[in-house]
Amino acid sequence: MKVLSLNFLTCAVKACKSSSDSYPLHPQDAELVQDEIELNPDMLINVLPRLDWTALRTTSSELGFPALPEQAPTPEELQADEKTMRDLHHLLLETQISEGKLVCANCGHQYAVKEGIANFLLPSHLV
Amino acid sequence: MESSAEAYEATHVHSVYNAIAPHFSSTRHKPWPLISSFLTAQPPGTTGLDVGCGNGKYLPVNPTLHIFGSDRSENLVRLARSERSGEVVVADALSLPYRERSVDFVICVAVIHHLSTAERRRECIAALLRCVRAGGKVLIYAWALEQGTSRRGWDEGSEQDTLVPWVMRSKDKPDATYQRYYHLYRKGELEEDVEAAGGVVLESGYEKDNWWVICSSEET
Repeated sequence: MKVLSLNFLTCAVKACKSSSDSYPLHPQDAELVQDEIELNPDMLINVLPRLDWTALRTTSSELGFPALPEQAPTPEELQADEKTMRDLHHLLLETQISEGKLVCANCGHQYAVKEGIANFLLPSHLV
Repeated sequence: MESSAEAYEATHVHSVYNAIAPHFSSTRHKPWPLISSFLTAQPPGTTGLDVGCGNGKYLPVNPTLHIFGSDRSENLVRLARSERSGEVVVADALSLPYRERSVDFVICVAVIHHLSTAERRRECIAALLRCVRAGGKVLIYAWALEQGTSRRGWDEGSEQDTLVPWVMRSKDKPDATYQRYYHLYRKGELEEDVEAAGGVVLESGYEKDNWWVICSSEET
C-alpha cells in the first residue's frame, strides 16, 4: 500500500471515528518497498488540497523520511519547485508498505499489512 | 455479538465470493460503459473510492485518478492487486476505514444488493455518503428485479430476496454450486434508500438488469 493511502485511511472501529487519536494510523514494523513510477505533475498538484498535511508529516517522520515543512506548499509553489515535487511523488506514490501493522492510537487495534494489503476486517467484539 | 443478518451474509455472500474468487474474476473483465464514463470524466489527481471493488476491474480505467479499492473478500482483493496493481484493502462496507469527507467520489457497484436487510443497505449508503467531500458524488449500482429480458427471468412481482446459484466448473473436479444472497431492487427503491440514508438523488436510471443512482450528501 502506498503512503498516499495512509492519508485517507483511519480506524474501522465506529467508536474511534470521533477520536482524533484514531487518525492517522501508525505504521509499526513496516517494511518499505520502492517502485519507480512516472511523475504526473497534475496528479500531485490536484491531490494536494485533499491531503491532511499534519497527518502526512506524522506518517513521513514515523517511516523515517526527512521532515516535511510545517505548511503544505500551495499548488503554485509546488508547480515551481521540482525538487519538492519529486520528493512528494517519491513519498506518496513510489513508497509502499509491503509488510507490517497499522495501529490505532485510540483503541490500540493493530491492522496487519501482508503483501501490500492491509486487512481492516474487525473481530466481532469490535464491530 | 454477531447479528443474524451478519451471520447469514457470512454464509451466503462472503464465503461464497472467497470460494469462487478466481472463477468469478475470470468472468468479470469488461467495465460497464456508464461507470467508465463517470471515471474518465474526473480530472487528474481526483481522489475516489471503489467500495466492493472485487477483482478491481474499475481501478485502472482512468490511471490519472487516485482510486482506493476495498472489498470484503480477501481473495478478490489479492487478485485486484496482483492482476491490476490496484491500491486496495480488505474491508467491510459497513465498517469502512476511511477518513470522513475525504474523497471526491465513491463508486459502489453490485454490492448493496448483498446486504440482507433494508436497514443494513441504508446504513451502507449513509457510510458511502460520509466518505465524500461536500458536493462529492456517489455512484451506486444494484441488481434490478425487473429483468424481463434476461435469462434469469425475474420480473415485477417476483420475490425480491433470493438466492442465486453460482455454478463453478473446473476441469478436474465435479461442478460445485454456491448460493449467493441477493436483494433485487424494484423500480424506485434505490432512490428511496438513498433518501432514507440522508442523500440527495442527482441522476438515476436503468442499465442492463441494474438500477443505478448518482447521489450526494445533503449537507453541503
